[in-house]
Amino acid sequence: MNIEFIADLIRAALIAATPIALGSFGGLFSERSGIVNIAIEGMMLTSAMVGAFVAASTGSLFLGLVLGLTSAGLMAALHALVSIRFKTDQIISGTVINFLALGLTGHIYQVYLADLPDNWPGFSTFPQIPIPVLSEIPFIGKAFFNHQPLVYITIILAIVIHFVLFNTPWGLRMRAVGEHPKAADTVGINVYFTRYANVIIGGLLAGLGGIWLTLEFVGQFSINMTAGRGFIALAALIFGRWTPFGAYGAALLFGFFGAVALRGQSTSGAAAELWQILPYALTIVVAAISRPIPPAAVGKPYEVE
Amino acid sequence: MTTNDEKQEVKEGIVKRSLKQMIVPILAIVTALAIGAIIIMVTSGSLAEGAGKVVDGYGGMLYGAFLKPNGLLNTLVATTPLILLGLAVAIPFRTGLFNIGANGQFLIGALVGTIAGIYLPLPPVIHAIVVMACGFLGGALWGFIPGILRARLGAHEVINTIMLNFIAVGIVNYAVREVFRDPNTTSVRTYYIQESAYLMRLSGRFNLGFFIAVLVAILIFYYLFKTTWGFSLRTTGQNPNAAKYAGIRPTWEYVIAMMLGGGLAGLAGIVEVQGLDRFLTEGNTSLGFTAIAVSLLGLNHPLGIIPAAFVFGALRTGGDYLQIRAGLSVHIVAILQALILLFVAAPTIVRWYLDKFKIQVSAGEETTISQGWGG
Amino acid sequence: MNETPVLEARGLTKRFPGVLANDAVDLTLNKGEILALLGENGAGKTTLMNMLYGLYKPDEGEILLNGKPIVMNSPNDAIDAGIGMVHQHFMLVPVMTVTENVMMGDEETRGILSRIPLLGRLDRQEVAQEIEELSNQYGLTINPNDTIKDLPVGIQQRAEIIKALYRKADILILDEPTAVLTPQEVDELFEIIHELTDQGVSIIFITHKLKEVLTNADRIAVLHRGRLVGTTTPDEATEASLAEMMVGRSVILEVPKEASKPGGEVLQVRDLFVSDDRHQPTVNGITLEVREGEILGIAGVQGNGQRELVEGLTGLRHIDSGSVHINGVETTKFRPRHITELGVAHIPEDREKHGLVMSYSIADNFVLNQYYLPPYAKGPMLQQDTIDEHGRELVEKYDVRTPSIVTHAGNLSGGNKQKVIIARELSRDVKLVIANQPTRGVDVGSIEFIHNQIIEQRKNGQAVLLISAELDEIMSLSDRIAVMYEGRIVKTLPAGEATREEIGLLMAGSEA
Repeated sequence: MNIEFIADLIRAALIAATPIALGSFGGLFSERSGIVNIAIEGMMLTSAMVGAFVAASTGSLFLGLVLGLTSAGLMAALHALVSIRFKTDQIISGTVINFLALGLTGHIYQVYLADLPDNWPGFSTFPQIPIPVLSEIPFIGKAFFNHQPLVYITIILAIVIHFVLFNTPWGLRMRAVGEHPKAADTVGINVYFTRYANVIIGGLLAGLGGIWLTLEFVGQFSINMTAGRGFIALAALIFGRWTPFGAYGAALLFGFFGAVALRGQSTSGAAAELWQILPYALTIVVAAISRPIPPAAVGKPYEVE
Repeated sequence: MTTNDEKQEVKEGIVKRSLKQMIVPILAIVTALAIGAIIIMVTSGSLAEGAGKVVDGYGGMLYGAFLKPNGLLNTLVATTPLILLGLAVAIPFRTGLFNIGANGQFLIGALVGTIAGIYLPLPPVIHAIVVMACGFLGGALWGFIPGILRARLGAHEVINTIMLNFIAVGIVNYAVREVFRDPNTTSVRTYYIQESAYLMRLSGRFNLGFFIAVLVAILIFYYLFKTTWGFSLRTTGQNPNAAKYAGIRPTWEYVIAMMLGGGLAGLAGIVEVQGLDRFLTEGNTSLGFTAIAVSLLGLNHPLGIIPAAFVFGALRTGGDYLQIRAGLSVHIVAILQALILLFVAAPTIVRWYLDKFKIQVSAGEETTISQGWGG
Repeated sequence: MNETPVLEARGLTKRFPGVLANDAVDLTLNKGEILALLGENGAGKTTLMNMLYGLYKPDEGEILLNGKPIVMNSPNDAIDAGIGMVHQHFMLVPVMTVTENVMMGDEETRGILSRIPLLGRLDRQEVAQEIEELSNQYGLTINPNDTIKDLPVGIQQRAEIIKALYRKADILILDEPTAVLTPQEVDELFEIIHELTDQGVSIIFITHKLKEVLTNADRIAVLHRGRLVGTTTPDEATEASLAEMMVGRSVILEVPKEASKPGGEVLQVRDLFVSDDRHQPTVNGITLEVREGEILGIAGVQGNGQRELVEGLTGLRHIDSGSVHINGVETTKFRPRHITELGVAHIPEDREKHGLVMSYSIADNFVLNQYYLPPYAKGPMLQQDTIDEHGRELVEKYDVRTPSIVTHAGNLSGGNKQKVIIARELSRDVKLVIANQPTRGVDVGSIEFIHNQIIEQRKNGQAVLLISAELDEIMSLSDRIAVMYEGRIVKTLPAGEATREEIGLLMAGSEA
């Protein structure tokens, strides 16, 4: 265990934390305004595939990003529509989205992408961006200051979201609608609009997490490649008590476990599995002991009288 | 009115009501198939080509699920776990809980049962029964955890069961890969369970498991609707306040419902092992999610779940032929499942056009699914 | 003074399915005036105020603001018109601060980003300062940075008032503002109200408490069953005259009954203290007893602790201190089933919430709290035939109007739903009957039937505890009457000695 190893671990943790944090930010916008969102997984998967598909066909990473995000936003809009307008149980709605995403991405992949040659023409991942001067610092530089763009963006997003949530009218109204929609209604805030808007924004953020997977990390798409990250994101959100810094911290912790698991794989099987389970087990224990309190009105459809 | 007249009217009433209640599920399936067809056509080269694929594809599913030799039997094999898993979801639904953890309960049950199947020295038949009981107990334990957390601490079962699903995968993978692994083969699996624990095959892969599943469904029907225990569970789900007034203890019912549900999911898991592979591999299952659709399609009723499981079993089995016959991917099945779930869970969408035709659909004992994280 | 009234309602009418909530009500509010709106539960006060605040649209009639007709389609319109409302159940987000609650929906922002709608930096300082100014101006002491859930109810209410004042309200509607306050908080509130009116704010406050009205109001309007009975002033009115207007001179439904011959004590309650869902003490030391063959009627306006009392007695709510004995057995800590098995019948206040399962058949509802006992069950197996047979008997005996016994309870009319509960509870072999608002929302024919059933119980030697907000019902059925106010029994007296006026006064908090 030397410093090189630790630096390497930190670097890996930051990278692994990125999609989890982005997913949990997505969940945050939805839940803080009152809509339960277990469909983060589906939204991530959708944008991962669409982003890869568009990037591979057009050669433009940017276009892939834009359309990928749009597709996730559309999934989120569907979730919002079914939950708000049709007042369907929000967990079922989330399950539908997850299934739909799995099926649609798998189908489109099979029909269009599976036959493409392995090197996926015109599509390489986002470049690494070393921060001048800071990235030169031995060990720390490699750990913190030499990453691909989304890693940095996620950290910046955490700060931005914190500001929006707690220091802007948008955030105030979002939180009011999630805690006590009737009170918000009586001062003239449009509960329905607030919820639709925030669920869709949440979808875009979750979608960014999916984009990370294909356009930044792996460089191509495979069936069900999100592999449960959307659910870890949900756990991170709850662990982090529905706050952006808390969620990022939890994502970092979970990312750290994941990184350790990967490295432990070669040494002993038990260790690897244990580290992988740890985020989930911890969430249960922490939730049972400290009872994080969700937004008071989350999950209950709202009726304007 | 005389007792006989009234009994007759009661029977007619039940039939009429059951028929009415089937409208939404049937319409949900039809609508889902229609939208699935649209998706296929849109993602094909041309509309004509797409239409052709729809016909070939759906026709292929029909063939694969029913018409081909052994098709029906294969469908029944696929139906078996879905019956039990559907029940595993329905019982908590009826109590006002959402059991989204059937996947994990399935795996843990399969694991515990497999261990019992590998190591316990018991005579045939008895061994098989004990193994099934172990599978049930394993799943029941995995259901007990979120149940007691909900009952005592108010911790919402959805998030806990989601977490437990992943933990179960980790545990089972570890157990299969490291602890119970059969060293005599390159594939990653456990030892075979002893022959005394097998569930007898009847024709091809069709085995006793199907009949066990149907039997369990009938038993659960009696349990839910003909016993005092079932009355307490259902009342808790319909109106927890009235339940308390009636002397029932809702928290107690939550634990029982989750243990029973978990147990049934675990039973589904072990029956798959006993009837099909006879060993356990690593990997995951998403049948627990499909079970949610099965339960809702079956109106959360044990007898309705049997045909609902059959529909999804047919989809699973026929799905392979989408590829073979029409060059479509098997993922269409996932899309169809999602759509069926959507339309059956948001009956307002379906009712919207029912209202246009002035068809009344009676409410019956609708399950109020728990809302949000507050429980 | 012939100034135009600042707010006027003319002929306001509002109908809901099956109920005429407000019937051609006229109301005027003058500038700087405190108008008290008095009436019992269900008199139509809140409906009227909701129309004045844009939450409901009147079916008939019009509203005039400073003499000009105004149509309000939502609370936003009312706020723009300068009308603010402080609801009985506060519209405050518990986890946010006073400042955040006040500025919600009408935020102040600063900084560069302010140009972008809704994304500017919230200017809590500015709003907090305004709150402090308002606070000083009107004597509403409050700390803007406190979180609502940490504040006592009286201070939370101030936040609600400030919310309205912040939006430049000069007309304030307060809905039962003193219902949740301690006596000291009440005094503080009225100081604030006087301060407000001295500075030109006009106020309507809704209440059922006579003393407050006579001490604080400039004018008084009384509603009874949706109609305006009359308007008066504290100079002209007395507690007695107000009580008479509130409870009306309706015909008492006389139920013939023999003189009571009470036997031994069945229910004994000593020094009972029970809290409500917000952990506020709501039953404040109740002592009473009910004997065999007698009906003790508890009169009182709803919201004075009756619900918590009944829930405590029947095991549905935790009892903080004191004791309950039923036939000599202490039941203070018993669960509902145990208490039921001791021979207690409970007719709950909210039949749809506690008394019935709407989606179950009538037959099943008839055995809701007995399904596990023989003959309805043999061991764990339900005997559906016996249950159905029993259902048929009860339907006939209690004249429940229903197509069949398998009809869902939810499909019955209110009166018939209540009959199902009555049938279930009173056909059992019981020693004590607790009936809470037994004829609420029930048609006249069924009311008579239910009253006869209760008298029948008394004749057979059962002990009956009757709780009702309907004074007529209490007066015609009870042998003894106890009046409950703010969680205490203020007086108990034999029915023969009680008069409507006296009971009405006691119900409204006055000491006769």
